[in-house]
Amino acid sequence: MQIPAPFDYVRATSVDNALELLARYGPESRVVAGGHSLLPMMKLRLSRPEWLIDINDLYELDFILRDGNKLRVGALTRHTTLLESDEVAALFPIVRDAELVIADPVVRNRGTIGGSLCQADPAEDLSTVCDVLAAEAVIRGPRGERILSMSEFHRGPYETAVGQDELLCELRFGIRPRTGSAYEKVERRVGDWAVGAAGAAVTLAADGTVDDAAVGLTALGLDHLVADAAAVLRGRRPDEELFAQAGRLAAAACDPVADQRGPVDYKRHLADELTQRVLRRACARAAQMQEG
Amino acid sequence: MTVIHDRPSNPAAGDEDRPIGYGRIQRKEDPRFVRGQGHYLDDIVLPGMLHSAILRAPVAHARLVSIDTTNALAHPKVVAVITGKDLLGLKLAWAPTLSADVQAVLVTDKVRFQGQEVAFVVAEDRYAARDALELIDVEYDVLPPLVDARKALDPDAPVIRDEIEGRTDNRIFDWEIGDKAETDAVFASADVVVSQEVVYPRVHPAPLETCGAVADFDAVNGKLTLYETTQAPHAHRTLFAIVAGIPEHKIRIVSPDIGGGFGNKVGIYPGYILAVVGSIVSGRPVKWVEDRSENLMSTSFARDYIMQGDIAATKDGKILALRTHVLADHGAFNATAQPTKNPAGFFSIFTGSYDLKAAYCSVTGVYTNKAPGGVAYACSFRVTEAVYLVERMVDVLARKLNMDPAELRLKNFIKPEQFPYANKTGWVYDSGNYEAAMRLSMQLAGYEDLRREQAEKRERGELMGIGVAFFTEVVGAGPRKHFDIVGLGMADGAELRVHPTGKAVVRISVQSQGQGHETTFAQIVAEELGIPPEDIEVVHGDTDQTPFGLGTYGSRSTPVSGGAVALVARKVREKAKLIAGAMLETRPEDLEWEKGRWFVKGDPSVGKTIAEIAMGAHGTVALPEGVDGNLDAEVTYDPPNLTFPFGAYICVVDVDPGTGQVKVRRFVAVDDCGTRINPMIIEGQVHGGLTDGVGMALMEIIEFDEAGNCLAGSFMDYLIPTAMEVPDWETGFTVTPSPHHPIGAKGIGESATVGSPPAIVNAVVDALAPFGVTHMDMPCTPARVWAAMQGRARPPI
Amino acid sequence: MQISMTVNGNDVTSEIEPRVLLVHYIREVLGLTGTHWGCDTSNCGTCVVLMDGQPVKSCTVLAAMAAGHDIRTVEGLATGGTLDPVQQGFMEEHGLQCGFCTPGMMLTARALLDKNPHPDDTEIRQAISGQICRCTGYATIVRSVQWAAAHPAGHGLDDAPATDYSAGTGLDGTDTAVPDVATETAETGTEVKA
Ligand SMILES: Cc1cc2nc3c(=O)[nH]c(=O)nc-3n(C[C@H](O)[C@H](O)[C@H](O)COP(=O)(O)OP(=O)(O)OC[C@H]3O[C@@H](n4cnc5c(N)ncnc54)[C@H](O)[C@@H]3O)c2cc1C
Ligand code: FES
Ligand code: FES
Repeated sequence: MQIPAPFDYVRATSVDNALELLARYGPESRVVAGGHSLLPMMKLRLSRPEWLIDINDLYELDFILRDGNKLRVGALTRHTTLLESDEVAALFPIVRDAELVIADPVVRNRGTIGGSLCQADPAEDLSTVCDVLAAEAVIRGPRGERILSMSEFHRGPYETAVGQDELLCELRFGIRPRTGSAYEKVERRVGDWAVGAAGAAVTLAADGTVDDAAVGLTALGLDHLVADAAAVLRGRRPDEELFAQAGRLAAAACDPVADQRGPVDYKRHLADELTQRVLRRACARAAQMQEG
Repeated sequence: MTVIHDRPSNPAAGDEDRPIGYGRIQRKEDPRFVRGQGHYLDDIVLPGMLHSAILRAPVAHARLVSIDTTNALAHPKVVAVITGKDLLGLKLAWAPTLSADVQAVLVTDKVRFQGQEVAFVVAEDRYAARDALELIDVEYDVLPPLVDARKALDPDAPVIRDEIEGRTDNRIFDWEIGDKAETDAVFASADVVVSQEVVYPRVHPAPLETCGAVADFDAVNGKLTLYETTQAPHAHRTLFAIVAGIPEHKIRIVSPDIGGGFGNKVGIYPGYILAVVGSIVSGRPVKWVEDRSENLMSTSFARDYIMQGDIAATKDGKILALRTHVLADHGAFNATAQPTKNPAGFFSIFTGSYDLKAAYCSVTGVYTNKAPGGVAYACSFRVTEAVYLVERMVDVLARKLNMDPAELRLKNFIKPEQFPYANKTGWVYDSGNYEAAMRLSMQLAGYEDLRREQAEKRERGELMGIGVAFFTEVVGAGPRKHFDIVGLGMADGAELRVHPTGKAVVRISVQSQGQGHETTFAQIVAEELGIPPEDIEVVHGDTDQTPFGLGTYGSRSTPVSGGAVALVARKVREKAKLIAGAMLETRPEDLEWEKGRWFVKGDPSVGKTIAEIAMGAHGTVALPEGVDGNLDAEVTYDPPNLTFPFGAYICVVDVDPGTGQVKVRRFVAVDDCGTRINPMIIEGQVHGGLTDGVGMALMEIIEFDEAGNCLAGSFMDYLIPTAMEVPDWETGFTVTPSPHHPIGAKGIGESATVGSPPAIVNAVVDALAPFGVTHMDMPCTPARVWAAMQGRARPPI
Repeated sequence: MQISMTVNGNDVTSEIEPRVLLVHYIREVLGLTGTHWGCDTSNCGTCVVLMDGQPVKSCTVLAAMAAGHDIRTVEGLATGGTLDPVQQGFMEEHGLQCGFCTPGMMLTARALLDKNPHPDDTEIRQAISGQICRCTGYATIVRSVQWAAAHPAGHGLDDAPATDYSAGTGLDGTDTAVPDVATETAETGTEVKA
């Protein structure tokens, strides 16, 4: 088996301690959460930190908490915890949709939401989920706490706004009434990274027309929401024609690259097809919430 | 035709109700495995053992300019660094392959595939060995790679094997079989001729345990003990004697528990040889274990056949002839494990299960800048490719004739009364009843209902496909006069000893990789001698302890070793008869056998059990003339013919029209492997092979980019089915014993791997029929299926 | 660095390099070779052990990260000489062939049954979907786990098989009389699971 290059290891005891350690060991230090992105990269020696700062003891970052009209999720929350939370599923069904298709159950026992977002792999699923839910990222560092929107958080593939000496601590999701969300991924096999995936969140007005909507894509060369999707959907009553229109927008907006998972035209087609599917499901769920 | 009745009770054990011999019994090997006490290669730790790692070429084709090992040697834990130059000095830089070619053990002149072995590090621990690889500096002069077999014979193609005197191109062999003129004549006058190019892509057996070795060379007495992940320990011993020049009696090969083989563990890889060199050089035991990317990129791949098929028929669906030309990609060295006279293995059985007027095939083998290998992955010596070709061609023909594919097959099967059947390419099929298997499969599947459901779904725009495939396998090589591997005849030995208290030890030459030999072979002895299976120890996997034989692959264990074991048990039984005669003071001719006991004809109360006879043999009984004082025997079984298992498979898939994702909803497999020894183990073998089929048909492939990079160097990209991609298998069976095999058994290890890919691909193509699709190449990934719906056979990457 | 953890109920303490992977620690330092490995990329699940009762891929956890935690390997499945029902189930239903994936499969099954004593087949398939078996085709693994679910106390004996050696029982009891193909009927000639 492949083996990481040598490094030193230290376990952080608190968020403050982790920040201290990051400051002390400097640019060659990295935090490790679930380790399910970082350790594979280190084994392939694509990543060779000199210090690993283990944050798995920071139980203060492992929580799911309803706080008024916000749901707060600690950065160390594991995929499995998110998947199994009925509260999360009721408020944001997109999370369960996505978690069911992220990696496999054993990986999900270790991988964390914070690690997923900080890894910022273009095929990583929770970024899209956070994007369409307009989550906020709570980041702490030597200069204190910052709260960033997702568009501020993302900086492109494998890059985020989290500085080397900072820690992502929490994600905050606004709870909105009459809102439904959904996620769908095409993978070559269970446990595989996405060939392409789409997520959507839709808020319906009292009259059943779309009040707000967001569509995001995974692994399809678009690291922000599908622009115009909201504009096209807003004020309209959801129907197949509308979904098709949004699908065309998504296909036009994406910029996939060809690889073993498929050629560009197929991936573009997936942007279209999956956008329609998640909008259909998100609208149905929103309508259900409205009734319920 | 042998008919086996109820499992008899076992009087020898004094328990009337206890059946012995054949039937479903738990595996004798399981108690150790479920406790985590299997003993696999990487579990071996010898005193003073060193570890090792191989530096591999990052490019597919390059001149080696220089290697600098200074920094690696300076690593405090590094014991030795071995390069191709060192091996040249030892005359070990090149080793013979299983196909009369040679393969570089370490690169001396030129890199010929990505992942090829360049240098070997021996170190105190596994981590240090890995670290040291980064300290070796290698300079390469990169050459244009050749990874597309179709371009291998172009005049301007780079010559890969330019080290061979006089070589100016990449052609390895041209081989043909069948009557070309006769076949062409049938084609010329046929009503209907259909042609199709069918590609069986490069795939990999990828057993869950990778390959490895621990070499322990004892310089004092000159003895090499080599623990290896090998399916063929005896053949390896002889080859090591030839390669390394160590006298054969000083070599002991031990094959411990094997974590799956599927043909991956037949060949001798550079790593094994390097472990031996490392042990000789360091004077300590050396372990080498490959990681997964090394396994996928350098050890035996499978298939890589580009097949042009033609099929001729009458307009009412009588198949007349088949013709094919194959372009076979053998990679950088011709290391295919195959019987010597068959450079295309058993591909020439591509006439399948049909009664034809004529058939002809030609195969051209070429070198490319890809890893060597070719015969692996439960392929039955390329029967897999053959069956895939003919079963796709029959479906293409069915579509052309607008006939039901099951109907078309039923119309053309070889009939039961035609067996033994001599096909047009020189094989004599031993026995079969194809129609019965096909009908049973259709009945289990509810074929008519499925077709009805499909029609309804098509109306609604849903894509449901039903795939039918029928296969005839050819397994169990020898006979040795026809089949040898590098001159070693394909026969297998067995030795049986019945100890004084009636417990037995049987030693066999084949090696289990999970097939349950310790159980199955005990059951064969049990059936023949009436000793309960739990009282029979099966010894295998150690050349110092077992008789010579060629090993386990090509589904040959039961057909060859199983025959040997039955015969050796019968030999013991005959000997027991003589001893029983002496003990009972009667003439042996007056004795009669019932399971576990010889008794006096007409007086069943007077007799001797095997245990009593064993005690007698080893005791003080006055033995007859020429009978020595034991109850032991040995045989070498040279099978008179191969065996021909067969089966009828039906697969049902659903295709998502929006995304191209394929779901295998049902799979019905009816297999006939002749006499069934342990139905539980047989069922397991079938299930495993069906899963391989799902892998190959839907996801497994090793591709290369234009720069020669292997795109499937890890389990992230070489996808193997999980529990979610496979259905709950539905299996059935018929029993048509082999007439020439001592117990009528035919072998089952690879049937399902051979038969399932065409069933699945036929189902996918059937689902896509509304789009006018008549063929698509494996694997049917979502992207490829979608492309096929757009009218493209393969998506451009 | 020094680490301590509990492995199969025993406290262990060792001096290791920080980069030692848990799988290597278990196999090479502790000598518990029942835990296997099969890939470089965290895909195969051969290395699964239970960490605080949850299945994890021990090739993707540092031994240092496991310090202070409770690890259970296949060697810790049997209690006091009695096999876990899951182990018994794998033997009963032929849930293993080469045995290489088996320890990981059994541990995941144990964790599943602890959480969900009566899973349906799909739940079992999902639970093991991060683990590859190259031999069995999974159906018999699913049956093995179902056997364990149906026998929460096992068969009470150590290795003794509960169902075999009694002709005519088990999945394909029909097979005790191997029929001549000429008289083959679908009834006698199938092994379809009831
Ligand atoms: C076989 C396999 C398949 C997978 N398939 C998928 C998939 O289909 N979809 C998917 O989305 N993911 C997939 N993943 C990734 C998985 O979800 C990872 O667990 C996740 O991406 C990273 O989480 P982690 O906690 O393991 O992060 P780690 O590996 O611990 O860390 C990842 C990066 O984030 C940094 N980091 C972690 N936490 C913080 C923090 N709180 N603050 C600042 N920086 C931090 C680390 O320094 C590191 O650079 C797969 C992983 C594997 C092994
Ligand atoms: S060894 Fe493959 S997942 Fe751990
Ligand atoms: S039993 Fe061999 S890999 Fe599962």
